[in-house]
Amino acid sequence: MRKSALTGALLASVAVSIPAMANESVTKLTADPNQWAMQSGDYFNQRYTKLDQINKDNVKNLKVAWTFSTGVLRGHEGGPLVIGNVMYVHTPFPNIVFALDLDQEAKIIWKYEPKQDPSVIPVMCCDTVNRGLAYADGIIILNQADTNVVALDAKSGKELWKATNADPKKGETHTGTTLIVNDKVLVGVSGAEFGVRCHVTAYDLKSGKRVWRAYSMGPDADLLIDPVKTTNLGKPVGTDSSLKTWNGDQWKIGGGSTWGWFSYDKEANLFYYGTGNPSTWNPAQRAGPDGKAIDQLYSMTIFARNPDTGMAAWVYQMTPFDEWDYDGINEMILADIDVKGKKTPALVHFDRNGLGYTLNRKTGELLVAEKYDPAVNWTSGVDMDPKSARYGRPTVLPAASTFKEGKGQDVNAKGICPAALGSKDQQPAAFSPRTNLFYVPTNHVCMDYEPFKVSYTAGQPYVGATLSMYPAPNSHGGMGNFIAWDAGTGKIVWSKPEPFSVWSGALATGGGVVFYGTLEGYFKAVDEKDGKELYKFKTPSGIIGNAMSYTHKGKQYVAVLSGVGGWAGIGLAAGLTNPNDGLGAVGGYAGLRNYTNLGGTLTVFTLP
Amino acid sequence: MKKFGTALIATLLLGSSLSFGAVAQTVAVGTDKDDKSKYIDAKGEPIYKKFDDGSFDWYTFNGFRRYHAECHVCHGPEGKGSTYAPALADSLKTMGYGDFVGVVASGRIVELSGGAKSVMPALGDNKNVMCYVDDIFVYLKARAEGALPGGRPKREVERSQASQDYENSCLKG
Repeated sequence: MRKSALTGALLASVAVSIPAMANESVTKLTADPNQWAMQSGDYFNQRYTKLDQINKDNVKNLKVAWTFSTGVLRGHEGGPLVIGNVMYVHTPFPNIVFALDLDQEAKIIWKYEPKQDPSVIPVMCCDTVNRGLAYADGIIILNQADTNVVALDAKSGKELWKATNADPKKGETHTGTTLIVNDKVLVGVSGAEFGVRCHVTAYDLKSGKRVWRAYSMGPDADLLIDPVKTTNLGKPVGTDSSLKTWNGDQWKIGGGSTWGWFSYDKEANLFYYGTGNPSTWNPAQRAGPDGKAIDQLYSMTIFARNPDTGMAAWVYQMTPFDEWDYDGINEMILADIDVKGKKTPALVHFDRNGLGYTLNRKTGELLVAEKYDPAVNWTSGVDMDPKSARYGRPTVLPAASTFKEGKGQDVNAKGICPAALGSKDQQPAAFSPRTNLFYVPTNHVCMDYEPFKVSYTAGQPYVGATLSMYPAPNSHGGMGNFIAWDAGTGKIVWSKPEPFSVWSGALATGGGVVFYGTLEGYFKAVDEKDGKELYKFKTPSGIIGNAMSYTHKGKQYVAVLSGVGGWAGIGLAAGLTNPNDGLGAVGGYAGLRNYTNLGGTLTVFTLP
Repeated sequence: MKKFGTALIATLLLGSSLSFGAVAQTVAVGTDKDDKSKYIDAKGEPIYKKFDDGSFDWYTFNGFRRYHAECHVCHGPEGKGSTYAPALADSLKTMGYGDFVGVVASGRIVELSGGAKSVMPALGDNKNVMCYVDDIFVYLKARAEGALPGGRPKREVERSQASQDYENSCLKG
């Protein structure tokens, strides 16, 4: 029955696969550096602008051109879009959308504020963030917290359609942006901390009709996996590859959230994303029937899927049997770079587990897996030998295991790096084709992790571990670094220490300047070559939004949302004042609250 | 939710009736224990116990663990608050046991300036919270009163069978 359902789905998808429309409008817009039509700038997630008016020599003269208050106090992730002479700004819950007329000094053209049940607020573990709007064919897509996906007419703000993707009463919420490919809106979901079985769903851009849904775990038909055609490191995955790696029915509350930044390769017609942790955080409760570690496919996995049908082309699981909450959701950046001397269509991914991965995005072949923070200590590395039985698997160091062969429950495993928020969380990195380097905002945080038994109740948190986080010991004492990374060799080129985690998306530019924000609220410009700080400005609040750039009337602007919050605001706001942690390096820094306060503001910069 | 409510009231009543009873554990100075081997104050309400060597009773230690699984993602590490939710180490300077349990079980909505809302969810159905609500309360109380400056509390060496039995029956029930 499973098989026939799958075949049916395949046939149906083939029948409806019609020429790409929205794809072309988005492709066209993103090719024009004067606009910023996608959250990540382009389908490759590169966060690079060709604009070069602002350069290394003049960036020191940067001035604030104008500002805009969103009126919302929660954490502001993502950033605005610019289409033509209109800027679209979003807010965290209640997810207001503003259209601003750049021709009239950012006068508000329209404002859309959805009505949402406030009971969704506490279900959004770690703040009511939203990572921004998507645009195609005159339509703005808003991905609301309560899992409604709303299409707005970009001109009028009028609601065109609304689709309910999931159920907040079960702990399912939306925090991510969407990716519009061809005629589909691709939507992920959050909720791994609530025992949700997460998925990616495609909606028809014109009608809002649901087209396909692909779960992160379960039977092949639910996963949209073909046992023969879908590959894992070059080999067919085989029948029921996910089900075999779960104990009993646990896959039904398996987690594997999908709220990261998707990317798309038109040539391969594949889109890419990562899945989050398996629920619960207590690995002992997820062990196999024999009490041993079991992979829990396809949590912690990079997926390459066909956007028209949802079918998976290839998969690669980075962290089998997660013991630390190292979600695999971080962005997938596509770039054509030299990898070990060979020109490669690469996918580069900075995982929460602290490893920077480079894969061939067409085939899913693993090329590089190296630590992008020297503090990472849970693994000695990944087996890179294709002939090995453990090919592609990381070796877990016993001291960092929280499972401890089934004896880890109620044991406090100390000094694990990175912490659960990862060497990097959602804050997206940038790639510059000028330098062929990746510019990565990172966390430099370690943790103690003690798993214990929890019971599952639908719609209630299903966590199962207690953890304390602190700056990486024996280092510079700060909780972050901004680094430049060579994905072809897997090496850090330079690293700039920051007192707090760098929780803001980077922007690389044609002017040789790289921009990012800090949790204290500084918007910074650094030299692409060596990370030297060229400019900084203190915005009204801590920055967890992403830098973007556009032109208006021939002049280049750079903009960023400030508004502290998110995991960063929760995990770190008070994290540096613990008198007992005795790590020596803490001294100079008090909690983040001594540096910044709540409040959402867009700050737009330009040269005088 | 109802079930937990009743259990709690029962606990409270039981606690009161035992507070001056002939309970044999006399380690405490000025405090007694209920039948779950939990320290209680004169009103029969749960309270932390700090020993001379700086260690704490099981419930306070366990409250630290449970707090940092269920509560800290909103209320911040060690009850210090976050950009999202209030610092409970401050709230419990004035908030009593009954109010604390009521808000945890039933939730509440606080209207903020500008029409925004702060929402505490109702956790009455959540065993991972309600079976440990006393533990979390005494941990935060120790934080609020400065008995526990921060970090992971040192725990008493032996965990009582009574606390183990209660946990098992609560999680099953």
